[in-house]
Amino acid sequence: MRLSEIVKILQAEVLVPADMERDVLTACGADLMSDVLTFSKERTLLLTGLTTPQVVRTAEIIDLAGIVFVRGKRPGPEVLELARAQGLPLMLTRFPMYESCGLLFQAGLGGCMLGRGAGHEP
Amino acid sequence: MAEVPAMSHDPSYDLKIPVIGHDFLRAGEAASRIKKVLQALNLPPQVIRRASISAYEAEMNIIIHAYRGQLALKVTPDALTLVAEDEGPGIQDIDLAMQEGYSTAPDEIREMGFGAGMGLPNIKKSADKLTITSTVGQGTRLEIVIRIS
Ligand SMILES: Nc1ncnc2c1ncn2[C@@H]1O[C@H](COP(=O)(O)OP(=O)(O)OP(=O)(O)O)[C@@H](O)[C@H]1O
Ligand SMILES: [Mg+2]
Repeated sequence: MRLSEIVKILQAEVLVPADMERDVLTACGADLMSDVLTFSKERTLLLTGLTTPQVVRTAEIIDLAGIVFVRGKRPGPEVLELARAQGLPLMLTRFPMYESCGLLFQAGLGGCMLGRGAGHEP
Repeated sequence: MAEVPAMSHDPSYDLKIPVIGHDFLRAGEAASRIKKVLQALNLPPQVIRRASISAYEAEMNIIIHAYRGQLALKVTPDALTLVAEDEGPGIQDIDLAMQEGYSTAPDEIREMGFGAGMGLPNIKKSADKLTITSTVGQGTRLEIVIRIS
């Protein structure tokens, strides 16, 4: 699913733009960074209620495809700055976590565990 | 339990980065630098990914749980070794600390997105070999080996 479609579905505001035609393969919703590091595959979109710089750092470490901040939580300028420096797209939606994930899932964007069972492979 | 050696000054380590406890502003910078070095060395993406995750979790543990420390990286043709050493409270029960979900992180750490109790298990999963030694009241040392090939 392209980032531009995600923006449309979540009626999101683009805080830091990047190539919005970029394709995202899976998504995960998490507020704990170690969970993100466990679950994420390549070209994963993160939905989170957390707006600390650590979210962007985590994205850098595992090459996340983008971040959506849910329920209208707006990150500070230092977070936007860090993301801009990395070319990491940031989006903001007013939908809360559950609705945001549900809307994307319904539109066909699978989760991090889909297609590989509930195994323990990285 | 094994003694924690003084901060290693082994010259064979290619890169040593200091990490300061509770410095959340710069949290992640050491792991980010290590990742860039590994990318410049053109290592396989999966090796870079596993090493970056390990470095990040180890760095965050020093920042969250210890006073000061360092990350050191050594790369040979066969393997890369990451050593995270700190001066800090140490870990009383390493087996317990290794359990998924076990965390002593306070609420304000959890609000920053850490304290899931998944860091050490994540490192274990990412590494080919993980050796932890710790002395209560002194500090902790992690040696993480990831094979290249
Ligand atoms: N360097 C360290 N010094 C002292 N205690 C540590 C250190 N690293 C880990 N611990 C102890 O081991 C526990 C488990 O560590 P682990 O990294 O798995 O989880 P966490 O740091 O609490 O949370 P997360 O890593 O998910 O953010 C910690 O809560 C802490 O009690
Ligand atoms: Mg940790």
